[in-house]
Amino acid sequence: MKGKAAIVSAGITKFVRRAKETPKELAWYAAKMALDNAGLSLDEVDAVIHGTAPDAFDGVHQKAEYLSDASGAFNKPYIRCYVGGGTGVMAPIYGWYYVASGIFDTVLVVCEEKMSSCRPHPQAAFLTIFDHTTERPLGPNLLWIFALEMNRYMQVNKIKLEDIAMVSVKNKSNAKNHPSALLGSEVTLKDIMESEVLAWPVHRLMVSPISDGAAAIIITNEEKAKKITDKPVWIQGAGWCLDTAFWTGRDLCYPQYVEYAAKMAYKMAGIKNPAKEISIAEPYDPFAYKELHHLEGLQLAPKGKAAELLMDGHFDKNGNLPSSPSGGLLGVGNPIAAAGMMKVCELFWQLRHEASGRQVPGNPKRGVAQAWGDLMQVGTVIVTGVDKP
Amino acid sequence: MKNLRGTGLKEKDFEREFTVYYKPQLEYRWDTGLAIGKFLEGLRDGKLFGKKCNKCKRILFPPRAFCERCFVDTDEWIEVKDTGTINTYSLCYITWDMKQLKDPQIPAVIEIDGSSGGFLHIAKIDPKQIKIGMKVQAIWKRAGERTGSITDIKYFVAGEE
Repeated sequence: MKGKAAIVSAGITKFVRRAKETPKELAWYAAKMALDNAGLSLDEVDAVIHGTAPDAFDGVHQKAEYLSDASGAFNKPYIRCYVGGGTGVMAPIYGWYYVASGIFDTVLVVCEEKMSSCRPHPQAAFLTIFDHTTERPLGPNLLWIFALEMNRYMQVNKIKLEDIAMVSVKNKSNAKNHPSALLGSEVTLKDIMESEVLAWPVHRLMVSPISDGAAAIIITNEEKAKKITDKPVWIQGAGWCLDTAFWTGRDLCYPQYVEYAAKMAYKMAGIKNPAKEISIAEPYDPFAYKELHHLEGLQLAPKGKAAELLMDGHFDKNGNLPSSPSGGLLGVGNPIAAAGMMKVCELFWQLRHEASGRQVPGNPKRGVAQAWGDLMQVGTVIVTGVDKP
Repeated sequence: MKNLRGTGLKEKDFEREFTVYYKPQLEYRWDTGLAIGKFLEGLRDGKLFGKKCNKCKRILFPPRAFCERCFVDTDEWIEVKDTGTINTYSLCYITWDMKQLKDPQIPAVIEIDGSSGGFLHIAKIDPKQIKIGMKVQAIWKRAGERTGSITDIKYFVAGEE
């Protein structure tokens, strides 16, 4: 697209197991922090985009409308974005195309999730994703599909469970330095391997925790960006793709749709060799295996080889290609839409050298953030960098 | 990035806080559709049906009215076998509402012989023996007990290699 769009500010709340705040109050915190950090008033925002996952989490119909005032949408054009777990990266993509197309100069993008209200477990809110006639009578739970995918991924590529568990060790350790983090800690491989088996091969400490939280960014055009900051983070590429919902008919060992989404984003960004041209990755890691699976889809590791690179330290904070330096969903927490947005915020802070204890070494020029969701079928990818596209 | 907002409640706080409780009362009645309707008829009769797309030659299973790749109506009904191969499986020790199970449920994706696809079903195989690539065989409910439901197949057991 001809027009340029830059992220000029970010805001975030703490991610907590259960927040006393209402969803509106959480969205308000993040939106206000993003505005304050940019030195903008709401009058200078042309439109608001809101990312939030199923209405069923909150038990509130038209949840985005319910959240609109808290997100700064009063009397403004307002757009809801919802593509399941992929929402947190798709919402900034919405922001990018509204600005790059010239429709709006400045947009505020807010993602909020409060999962703790849904009883007895927010997983219940997802169960209707299974086919009502051919699958639901079997009594499925959501962990099934991830366990099935993880097992297929491990077996086809001959990956050891211990190697996958090291993603949890890495991300929970990285999260110690994230001020939003719910689960930042030094855990050992033994802790992960000895945690309860939920749905083999998925162990409890290989799953991100349900959480409440919100995150927000401001995206603006070139002219406005210059006035707001001398360190804009440019959106260089965006891509998204949806695979078939007939999920049992495709090979779960590889996320083809993430590859297509990544290639769309890389082409836009002029990236030919992503493994060399990307400095930081924030792949979606609701489960430990997903980070590796997604790094392969993102073309940052050869098919089936992400675990080997992980074990070589390639994806460590000080490695050649730091992956989830934020601490990811496994460490910071997983308030669905806000978690994906947290990854986009992380690239913003890392590329501006504002990530304090999490800061990756050197001079990172470019990052990729990715989210994933629905019936293991949606890939959303954004490439951001310090150089104007 | 200092003093981020957000008030985390501890477990013991949960009961002390004011809360409002709501339990929705909703019911749905889903129509089976054309393709799955015929599939359910087959299940009631102890048979499995797929539907062929003559363009890409796939035998879609479970059957569907259209081919999502070729984007055409699918063509003839094909009876497929009630045997197959385990594509992937899990040993699941919890229910959807996080109740623990002593004996795991074993969901599996089963590639059905004579079709181009797989479907989700339950395996009843020793957790120590089960593996990807294993041949399996459907165990059906008796004729009078079948109602035209996916559960007319009770589960899959180890089949002949």
